[in-house]
Amino acid sequence: MGLGTFFTSKLDEAIGWARKYSIFQYPFVTACCGMEYMATACSHYDIDRFGAGLPRFSPRQADVLFVVGTISHKMAPVLKRVYDQMTEPKWVVAFGVCTCTGGFYDNYATVQGIDTIIPVDVYIPGCPPRPESVIDGLMKLQDRIAAQAQRY
Amino acid sequence: MDGAAMLAALRARFGSGVIETHDFRGDHTAVVTREALPRVLVHCRDEPALAFEMLTDLTAVDYSKYPGREDGPRFEVVYHLYSIAHNHRLRVKVRVDEDDAVVPTAVDLWPVADWFEREVWDMFGVRFAGHPDPRRLLMYEEFVGHPLRKDYPIDRRQPLIGPTN
Repeated sequence: MGLGTFFTSKLDEAIGWARKYSIFQYPFVTACCGMEYMATACSHYDIDRFGAGLPRFSPRQADVLFVVGTISHKMAPVLKRVYDQMTEPKWVVAFGVCTCTGGFYDNYATVQGIDTIIPVDVYIPGCPPRPESVIDGLMKLQDRIAAQAQRY
Repeated sequence: MDGAAMLAALRARFGSGVIETHDFRGDHTAVVTREALPRVLVHCRDEPALAFEMLTDLTAVDYSKYPGREDGPRFEVVYHLYSIAHNHRLRVKVRVDEDDAVVPTAVDLWPVADWFEREVWDMFGVRFAGHPDPRRLLMYEEFVGHPLRKDYPIDRRQPLIGPTN
């Protein structure tokens, strides 16, 4: 058998490697952070390099829930429902300070961090975060996906 | 029409229906009684010299903690009118007490008042008599109280799901 016709790996690592480069995001965009999300997703920063170039607008086809922008108490049940509709395996990214902590909206209307409602894997702070921060967060998410125990 | 002349004409036409008028840096304001309000608004819209076709804003102010106004009528409902034909503006205010916080609706004059009045009801708890659909606009139906009132506790949370942090 010639050189390079096979390689050895663990199944978990192989699946993790594949999954981290096929991130189908569901962009749950509610506020101004959406502009920065679009800037990141477009050709200048090109998140397709990370296999995350194809957002799906159905939660059933998505792997990663990108919560982009302020979540109000009125919107919270909707977010929870979208999260529940996503199929496993799934991850959640909190994009911007409003989703991480409520940001400066410490008031009657705003959820003080989406992790009070759904589990969050990666927090990207910033108001809004620079595309570099988003890409950094995306790569942290990739590391997390690759390193975790895979369910299949 | 020049703003000062507009206020003088309103005072002459409605007499005691106009409580006071003032202007500040070119903004002209007429404070009217609630009884005179529908007639004043109809006049502002239909009088050719005024021709306020547009209600640019309708909002309210809670004066309950305003220095010097603690004892007076608690709320002021504010109408911002604009005339496209004449390019002039007028502000009309009406004062209402907390225990009788009702103002006649302006939906039949300017359809845009529909959501404005629902927002004022939602945020301040001022009702608009004759409104066709007097539901909350921004908050959810389960929400108790009116969050822009000065006595709404700043840290009161009413989440639909999740903790009340």
